[in-house]
Amino acid sequence: MNQLLSVGVDGVIYSAWLFTAALGLTLIYGVMKIVNVTHGSFYALGAYAGASLTGAWLARGYPPMLSYVVLLAAALLVTLLVAPLIERAILRFMYAKDEVVILLITYALFLILEDVIKLVWGVNPYFIAEPYALLGSFSVAGLAYPTYNLILVALALVAGLGLTWILRSTRVGKLLLAVIHDPEISRAMGINVNRYYLITFTFGSLLAALAGSFTAPTVSVVPGLGVEIIVLSFAVVVIGGLGSLPGAALGAVIVGVVRSLSVHYMPQVELFVIYFVMAMVLAFRPRGLFSLAEPRKI
Amino acid sequence: MRFDRTPLLIGAILVALLAGGPFLPQWAMFMVTIAIARGLVALGLMLLLRAGLVSFGQALYYCLGAYAAGALGRFFGISDIFAQMLAGAAAAGLVAFILGFLLAKYRGIFFGLLSLALSMILYGLLVKNEALGSTDGFNILPSTLFGIRPGPDWVRYAVFASAAVVALLLALAVHRYLRTPLGRLAPAIKDNEIRVEYMGASARHAVHVMYVIAAVLAGVGGALAATTVGHIDPDMAFWTTSGEFIFITILAGTGSVVAPFAGALLYGVIHTTAYDLSPNTWQLSLGAALLLIIVFLPEGLWSLFRRRVSHS
Repeated sequence: MNQLLSVGVDGVIYSAWLFTAALGLTLIYGVMKIVNVTHGSFYALGAYAGASLTGAWLARGYPPMLSYVVLLAAALLVTLLVAPLIERAILRFMYAKDEVVILLITYALFLILEDVIKLVWGVNPYFIAEPYALLGSFSVAGLAYPTYNLILVALALVAGLGLTWILRSTRVGKLLLAVIHDPEISRAMGINVNRYYLITFTFGSLLAALAGSFTAPTVSVVPGLGVEIIVLSFAVVVIGGLGSLPGAALGAVIVGVVRSLSVHYMPQVELFVIYFVMAMVLAFRPRGLFSLAEPRKI
Repeated sequence: MRFDRTPLLIGAILVALLAGGPFLPQWAMFMVTIAIARGLVALGLMLLLRAGLVSFGQALYYCLGAYAAGALGRFFGISDIFAQMLAGAAAAGLVAFILGFLLAKYRGIFFGLLSLALSMILYGLLVKNEALGSTDGFNILPSTLFGIRPGPDWVRYAVFASAAVVALLLALAVHRYLRTPLGRLAPAIKDNEIRVEYMGASARHAVHVMYVIAAVLAGVGGALAATTVGHIDPDMAFWTTSGEFIFITILAGTGSVVAPFAGALLYGVIHTTAYDLSPNTWQLSLGAALLLIIVFLPEGLWSLFRRRVSHS
């Protein structure tokens, strides 16, 4: 019973983390039809920016409680520097190309950004444990969990509910839904579709950077972070259905729980089982569990 | 119909490699052998690319081939290089034949994502499998040829020569296949699959055949890489390995069956020199090259060559 409880807690924490990491990917696909490999780079950029800025903040003896704000600011800063540049300078000229070709282009950008990160931050690991340890811990069924994990859960809730609210209840969101539905007609109706693409790409990348910067205190920030996260995010997003918001939530919960179960009961299948679920979903419901019927292209 | 020069070109390359091999320094021989192994994988990806399919998981078959070759030595003590290649081809071909029933229905990003998931399944299995060395992998026995163990000076040349012969024979076979009706169907599937079906051909069958051929090529490539490097590990199935193969394929283009090998050699040279010059920016140069080629040379580097020939 206790073990089930800790499977549950681990599952929730891991799902929340995955959801934040993958949400931007599904948003960008939903609006722009881009399978965006650079998403992993933004995660890594966020992690590096968060770790280095928070490290500098703490080293100067500024109040450690504000380091969470610094994590937030770091993600915002790095995204605003890089994402609009990539969208304006490169991606916007590629929208007419085939989905697979754009996938390859974002892969090329991913390779470039991997090395840009190494050039800026070097190859030595960054550690910032303070924000992780600062809040103490809570215990469930005799097991202690760092309270910091609750921030990750809160971040996922705010990101998911916030995005849903924006899409459903604001003018920007409703116009965005129109763009998702039919970019051509939206353009004819006077919506500046290109600007929405820019906003979407930046916002989606920001979500990845946020996930990265808030993960930074829990891991050692080393090269290769982006490589790991992108394939995991693909699994999450594909399971729920590319471009679906509730789908990303469902995918995150499924992957989170499945992983947490396997870690507790069968650690040797941990990675296998995630991609097995992904392959099964692709085999039986290629457009994901939350997919709508697709019109035939004839 | 124009005179087909490709078999002559393949023959000339083979003669040049076999005759020139003994004069190459060891490192160059190693580089060319690895390029041949990678070129075989890229050749398979080229087949799929002609039909508009990009597999983000070809490392699955590369790794399967390598582990099949490795298992042969580890569990049966067999280290014959041809047996290894055969085992790699058989393992990859069998798995691809089964998975092909599923994958042949997929197009576009879904084909890419499903193949990615499948290769990551193999990766997930291998990293936790202690009998196969988990994340460290294991070493491969030195190669033998038909029961003869070449001396230490000649073992590299023996591997090199066998690789060259097998790879160029396979390239020739693929070249022949491309001229069969089934082979010619691939660009048609890319252009308009519905018309292909109305014509009475089965796109799914054509893709299935292509997929199995691509996997067999990747399996042979994996076995070759295993015996050349002397060590295998699960990273051979990781998605970044698939990414490298895609890079080579896009670099080379779909113009000729020789192109993937040239692309693989170029990739090896770029990789080695860029890595020596500045280890922290070689991916940057690869990424930039990939971007430029996709935008300005969508048919790959081979199209440059071809255009110049047709003008003259």
